[in-house]
Amino acid sequence: MKKNNEKRNLVSIEVFGLLLGLIWIAPFYLMIVNAFKTKRDIFTGVLGFPEEWITGNFVEAFIDLEFLKSLFNSVLITGLSVAVIIVFSSMAGYALARNKSKLSGVMFFVFVAAMLIPFQSVMIPLVALFGQADMLNAGGLIFMYLGFGCSLSIFLYHGAMTGVSKSMDEAAIIDGASRFQLFWKIIFPLLKPISVTVGILNVIWIWNDYLLPSLVLSEANATIPLKMFFFFGQYTKQWHLALAGLTIAIIPVIIGYFFAQKQIIAGVSEGAVK
Amino acid sequence: MSNRTLSFWLFLTPVLLGLGIVVVVPFVYGLVYSFTDWNGLRAETFIGWQNYIRLFQEEEFMQAVWFTTKFAFVVVILLNLFGLGLALIVTRNLKSSNLLRTVFFMPNLIGGLILGFIWQFIFISVFGDIGNITGIEGFNGWLSTANTGFWGIVILTCWQMAGYIMIIYIAYLENIPKDLIEAAKIDGASPIQRFKNITFPLVAPAFTISMFLTLSMSFKIYDQNLSLTNGGPADQTQMVAMDIVNTAFSDNDMAYAQAKAVIFFLIVSVVALTQVYYNKKREVEM
Repeated sequence: MKKNNEKRNLVSIEVFGLLLGLIWIAPFYLMIVNAFKTKRDIFTGVLGFPEEWITGNFVEAFIDLEFLKSLFNSVLITGLSVAVIIVFSSMAGYALARNKSKLSGVMFFVFVAAMLIPFQSVMIPLVALFGQADMLNAGGLIFMYLGFGCSLSIFLYHGAMTGVSKSMDEAAIIDGASRFQLFWKIIFPLLKPISVTVGILNVIWIWNDYLLPSLVLSEANATIPLKMFFFFGQYTKQWHLALAGLTIAIIPVIIGYFFAQKQIIAGVSEGAVK
Repeated sequence: MSNRTLSFWLFLTPVLLGLGIVVVVPFVYGLVYSFTDWNGLRAETFIGWQNYIRLFQEEEFMQAVWFTTKFAFVVVILLNLFGLGLALIVTRNLKSSNLLRTVFFMPNLIGGLILGFIWQFIFISVFGDIGNITGIEGFNGWLSTANTGFWGIVILTCWQMAGYIMIIYIAYLENIPKDLIEAAKIDGASPIQRFKNITFPLVAPAFTISMFLTLSMSFKIYDQNLSLTNGGPADQTQMVAMDIVNTAFSDNDMAYAQAKAVIFFLIVSVVALTQVYYNKKREVEM
């Protein structure tokens, strides 16, 4: 009797969960279905299926978004920024963890404390400073991402270093390896799991970032979110095109999520809980 | 690696330069500039507290601070309820557990700007249609009043971030020893008692983390605000972050915007530090 009750409970939780899941993806469903409609069709109603499924909206949005170019810019900026963050934060995390002096502790504290400063509190002088140095371009943006991203990344690498035995260092140094060789040949490969986490967290953030690129990049070098903003402004009241554009803009993320789902959820969980 | 070795400093130089030039220097400059008449290029005179006095007298900014505080309060409560609720569902032994995790977490991977545009469509067209079909007036014009606009941003934010908070709670829920729950069951503890006396105390650290995260996230929100309501109608749904951006880059009132940015920093850090302190204390007591 009791077992039965429990089973029935579980089934009702499952049904409730699935219903909630449907509500959760409803906005995406409505976006996609209406992206296949004509302007007139959307005007008559957004809840039903299209009278006729048309694909022309996607073609037009793809061209107007200059999608391949924006995609390339996004991949370039995100890829380089994350690579730079991983390389330099791992080195710093290692150096700070292996040096037990007071100065090292203070520096670590400064990096962690910097996480408290919200972006909006430094953005105005930052843009002015980089403007005067003529660095409001992709290179400057990547450097800015290093500055904003290194704190959390160093924190994560520093934590992971406790699991790497110091005898590794000593053995390698006795064998005549330099610090640099020692780090890249022995330590960095051991830090791979945390590198994956650092990479995922920074990719999610930088790929989706809008405000910083909007202050730094010109429209010619726009990343996907930036281009989407201009595109959307152009097509207010033309939902059929706007929705097709939004659908296209999301596709790279969905593909990435599909292939790396487990790592993404594990990485996000680790980054948040630490 | 001692302080004196060259390699120690070589390993640290890139990030020290990065943090220094991108965060520390602008932060210090910003503090100084907020007491001047800086126009983005040069600061000519030191004007003391004038910018600060002015911002406390500006109705629009005070309105943005109040709106943001209200928003943060509501979002922190709802997000933690939703996050914990979703986590409790998907950690049960369901067939669709993994599928549901994937679905609930998905919005979190997509930028707030794009999600805001999608919800603009939902609130304007979909809600409009539902209103017409059902004849319920309440569905119409969600983004055209300050009150429904507020709830619009709340709904968008909760939908986007609940999956993230869910992940945090899952990490703690899955660490609860199964035999502890079983033992309580055998002893005849009701589901509510089990939740109150076992699950809740063991996931308490997750509250510290997610309240800290949700609070600072909701204070700093910009993208969602921009794409969903753009502050409208008549700047009534403008939050602090957006107010600062607009004062600086639309009105070009740089020093004044920077004074707002300094106040913003103070609010965010006082909130965050109090929160961490309070939660640490409570955890120790428990």
